Amino acid sequence: MKPYLKLDHIDKSFTRGGTRTEVLKGITLGIDQGEFVSIIGHSGCGKSTLLNLIAGLTKVSAGAVLLEDKEVDSPGPERAVVFQNHSLLPWLTVYENVNLAVAKVFGSTRTRAERHDWIMRNLDLVQMAHASDKRPAEISGGMKQRVGIARALSMEPKILLLDEPFGALDALTRAHLQDAVMDIHARLGNTMIMITHDVDEAVLLSDRIVMMTNGPAARIGEVLDVPLDRPRKRVELASDRTYLRCREAVLKFLYERHRFVEAAE
Amino acid sequence: MTVHALKEHAAEMAAPSRPSEVVALPAKPSSRFDAAALARRVASAVLPPAIVVLAILLVWEAACSSPGASLPPPTQVWSEAYDLIVHPFFNFGPQDVGLGWRILASLQRVAVGFGLAAVVGVAIGALIGQSVWAMRGLDPVFQILRTVPPLAWLPLALAAFRDSNPAALFVIFITAIWPVIINTAVGVRNIPQDYRNVAQILRLNPVEFFFKIMVPAAAPYIFTGLRIGIGLSWLAIVAAEMLTGGVGIGFFIWDAWNSSRLPDIIVALVYIGVVGFMLDRLVAAVGAFVTRGTSAS
Ligand SMILES: Nc1ncnc2c1ncn2[C@@H]1O[C@H](COP(=O)(O)OP(=O)(O)OP(=O)(O)O)[C@@H](O)[C@H]1O
Ligand SMILES: [Mg+2]
Repeated sequence: MKPYLKLDHIDKSFTRGGTRTEVLKGITLGIDQGEFVSIIGHSGCGKSTLLNLIAGLTKVSAGAVLLEDKEVDSPGPERAVVFQNHSLLPWLTVYENVNLAVAKVFGSTRTRAERHDWIMRNLDLVQMAHASDKRPAEISGGMKQRVGIARALSMEPKILLLDEPFGALDALTRAHLQDAVMDIHARLGNTMIMITHDVDEAVLLSDRIVMMTNGPAARIGEVLDVPLDRPRKRVELASDRTYLRCREAVLKFLYERHRFVEAAE
Repeated sequence: MTVHALKEHAAEMAAPSRPSEVVALPAKPSSRFDAAALARRVASAVLPPAIVVLAILLVWEAACSSPGASLPPPTQVWSEAYDLIVHPFFNFGPQDVGLGWRILASLQRVAVGFGLAAVVGVAIGALIGQSVWAMRGLDPVFQILRTVPPLAWLPLALAAFRDSNPAALFVIFITAIWPVIINTAVGVRNIPQDYRNVAQILRLNPVEFFFKIMVPAAAPYIFTGLRIGIGLSWLAIVAAEMLTGGVGIGFFIWDAWNSSRLPDIIVALVYIGVVGFMLDRLVAAVGAFVTRGTSAS
């Protein structure tokens, strides 16, 4: 069977002032519908670049991104992104931020009342309905991140791309949002691709973990299956054999075989 | 007024809203204490400038009271320009109207000229800010044109329009437009990539992008430009009217000078200053209202 999303021999290099830096080299990966895939790798290896390629925000230098066999070369709401820094528009309220997306995506297919319900439903999903009239400056970092997730979900994307969505959060909020994302994934069954630095997060959430080698010209070093049943409970998993084995495999990859070497940059 | 100066302006515009909020909050608990506090606050705001004005008037009176003084003292201004001061809206025929009417006539010109400059300036600034090359190519040109004094445009404008009223409007327009263009362009350049990414993912079309992302994101810059622009317009209108004639505060001063009515000129200057100040505050207030939330991202 053909994969739902296919990364086909992707190269990516940036040219600036005559110098060419190769960031990604020969990335090939297939992702099935409904799958949760994490991308992990050291800082600067090109994870965000890869996600932006899938989102269509940057263009590939060679190869192609194929979604349902159609080439993706520009961004669109069917590949929604939860940005690392939430990227809410500060002059709009929480509600209006989500509405911007909903009005654009469903403006012609749903009535005003339906759109309102849909916005509130998505805010409810991340438990942010109570703050719908607040502006981003008035809510906490974790709340902003949740609104960012609600905005992305409200587009009913085929694929949800998450770029270190919990990177800037404290451990408690992080755990809470991880549960929220697992919950949403279970309920909606959409395809999710998430970048993370956090090994536990990767193992807890993913069906597969894509481990990237260090840049420049980063490749996919290894892909690890995480054969854990869902729903997953973090407390029970803490002593689970499979969980620990997966965790160890990722740690070994990151810290033994592909240690972060400053000189290689 | 380069971009650096503009940023200070923006900060200055944003600042006033905060102290007033902080002061206003504790004003609930006890009403007697309130009245005293309020009185003290009003006094601290009103007294110092009142004292300074009084001192200036006294010094002025002392300096200009001698028989050979070339300028009239305040008492003489009061007695001779009494009608002008007390009745701003009298109307005794086409060339003999109160200062209020003249100010309104000037304001009307400023409204048209500045309004056009605001709309055209924001549109051009938005276009230029989108392109690195347009910015590089046009910025030096604008920086030079910006420094041309308003009146230097007047002969050209008179030649082009062959009529004084459109010429005056054009002078306002051309004076006010540069800071609007330059600031808008800088604001558009500075729109964070994040917002552009959001717009791209939503596939906003150029019109939606302009109204939903560009204008609000660049609003602090745009309003800095508008604020500088309205100040320049007010400078330009007075000078332009001196030369083009017609009803207007500028021509009034010129007329008063020609018939040696110095007290009238002094009254007109006070009017001009106060109105200019109010225009500046008006744009600042609108800016603060429109950009609330934007600066705190
Ligand atoms: N627009 C660009 N122009 C030039 N080089 C770029 C550009 N974007 C990214 N790079 C380079 O590509 C490399 C990978 O960057 P990327 O942001 O994808 O890393 P990352 O894996 O997401 O890192 P982190 O985990 O710190 O977010 C970096 O060396 C960076 O300098
Ligand atoms: Mg990154």
